[in-house]
Amino acid sequence: MSLKRREFLGGTAALTTAALLPGAALAADTITLGSILDTSGNFDAYGKPMDQAMRLAVAEINATGGLLGREVAVKAYDTQSDMALYSQYANRLTRQDQVDVVHGGILSASREAIRQTMRRSETLYFYNVQYEGGVCDRNIFVTGVTPTQQVEVLVPYAMKKSGPKVHILAADYNYGQITARWIKKFVEDNGGEVVATDFFPLDVSDFGSTITKIQQTAPDLVVAPLVGGAHLSFFRQWAAAGMKDKIALASTTMGVGNEHKVLTAEEGNGIMVAYNYSQELDTPENKAFKAKWEEAYGDTSAIHELAVSTYQGILLWAEGVRTAGTTDRMPVIEALETGVSIVGPAGNIAIDPQTHHATLDVHIMEVQDQGMTVVETLNQVEPLDTQAVCNLQENPDDNKQYEIQI
Amino acid sequence: MDISFVILVEMLYAVASLVLISAGLAVVFGMMKVINLAHGEFMMMGGYATITAVGLGVNVFVAMLVIAPLIVGLIGLVVERLVIRHLYGRLVDTMLATWGLSLMFIGLATMIFGNTTTGISTPIAGFAVGDYQINGYNFFIIVVAILLVIALYALFRGTRAGLIARGTMQRSDMAAALGYSPDRIYMATFFCGSALSGLAGAILAPLVGLVPTSGGAYIAKAFITVIAGGPSLIAGLVSSATTFGFVSQVFTFAISPVIGEVALLIAAVILLRAMPQGITSRFFRGKL
Repeated sequence: MSLKRREFLGGTAALTTAALLPGAALAADTITLGSILDTSGNFDAYGKPMDQAMRLAVAEINATGGLLGREVAVKAYDTQSDMALYSQYANRLTRQDQVDVVHGGILSASREAIRQTMRRSETLYFYNVQYEGGVCDRNIFVTGVTPTQQVEVLVPYAMKKSGPKVHILAADYNYGQITARWIKKFVEDNGGEVVATDFFPLDVSDFGSTITKIQQTAPDLVVAPLVGGAHLSFFRQWAAAGMKDKIALASTTMGVGNEHKVLTAEEGNGIMVAYNYSQELDTPENKAFKAKWEEAYGDTSAIHELAVSTYQGILLWAEGVRTAGTTDRMPVIEALETGVSIVGPAGNIAIDPQTHHATLDVHIMEVQDQGMTVVETLNQVEPLDTQAVCNLQENPDDNKQYEIQI
Repeated sequence: MDISFVILVEMLYAVASLVLISAGLAVVFGMMKVINLAHGEFMMMGGYATITAVGLGVNVFVAMLVIAPLIVGLIGLVVERLVIRHLYGRLVDTMLATWGLSLMFIGLATMIFGNTTTGISTPIAGFAVGDYQINGYNFFIIVVAILLVIALYALFRGTRAGLIARGTMQRSDMAAALGYSPDRIYMATFFCGSALSGLAGAILAPLVGLVPTSGGAYIAKAFITVIAGGPSLIAGLVSSATTFGFVSQVFTFAISPVIGEVALLIAAVILLRAMPQGITSRFFRGKL
């Protein structure tokens, strides 16, 4: 028997289609949520609770009958804190697994590594992390806080409590640089003055000379968007030098990875922060969330801001799917753009149609005995920084991360 | 007036911490010619040993000055018996082996303590000098570094054990001919080197937030200090730590901490260009 190329190709195609069919049938029955997070390696302190929160949210959706009568299945990849794995797993999620939505990414670098893959393959993407702002892409939704949402609220409060002279200490990469600029803007808007700004590479752990320098500039307030384990040393050395009761201290990052539980009460007490979430929030939603977490994982001490953002991100997506009545990408995007909102553990959170970022509650808190005591709550703070550069309603094809000029 | 005193203390502190960070490596690499890329992880383990001991209710100074060096020294002993002793004289092979060890220690620490930041607070309160506040713990570090240098000098110059160790490092065949076992002397020296690394990690632990990967932050500085120091163990250590501590602090105060770090590295490059064998190949020759 002679096999012609055309017949061979036809046969192979039929076989391939047959092989794919069970998968296709399965996909029709369940909705697949792709997750891509660092649950091991350097950033697993962030990633592990995010993964737990993601599974908790999906379990909750399934327990109440799923979405549109279909069950939600999870396809999760551990990127091992390795940026190279992000693009690899993003390709697998979009091509091989053909998921309906992807939630994940932690560092800005990881988000930028997969954002274009998601856009090209027309896979809806949620990034549920506090970050530096400015991403403008109709395919992505961001549910974490951006610098202005924190700084706009934190700086006036901290200045009112201390005084107008501010010294900024920031991590030396895009988050710290951009946040420092926003801090400067809001200090000046509130009639204050930035006396000095210092940037630190992520591995600097000796702040002795910096503390001396701060005393030379003699500010009323130190604002410290410092990031990671090495930078935690600053708060420790600041207390050890006995500065804690002399100059007020505020931070936009201390506590995101539950750092305030590593510092002793004497070292941490009185540091001012502003976040979307605190474990101490006294709302029925937060109590219910913590109870569910405890039931699933036992210990609630690992819950942090990013975990709650992930949880809320998934609930927002689910709300979008319900509103749209389908999991298809464009109808869900359009549904979310009507300003869909949910009430999560951190309060009411709504999608801002113009930027695809979130309008959310921001709580000013003070560290007290290794917890965060809520002092003041500002409802429905808008992502002003991204709004200044991004308008997806006028320009739906936009696809870049703006560096916001201040 | 106050500010010059404060800056002086900061400079001494920078020198002292470089001495501490590098002392263990000076013994292991400077004397024994083992490129120990796991040096930073030995320090990290010293930090964890201290924090664990303090958590169990041990006095913090006992934990730092006794328990941590002992534990890390013993770990070093095991490493020497299992791995390093087969690789003496094979510079490149020790590099690969100790790099593997460093990855293993990071992994073990992550499994045991988790990949989260831990720490203890400093045991000494800060105090005021005029208008300025100083971290009281800085003085402790300066004192420990001075005592350490004196003790090392006394050990190598004043005792028979020190003399035998130095002799063995220079000509192990001659030491063997005189009836000493080079194998055991190498073992003991590696133990001392590891214990010194553990001590450094322990003493710096209250100042930092410790994670299993913390060691990486120290390794480069330690190697730069030891290599720039040159052939003499103690004179090299002290002279290069003083040079680099001074340079980095001057630039830190004058410009910024980042420039301070850059200045340290540039100083190292210039120094090694001018004196490829290290400071003590030109100055303090023949000193210990």
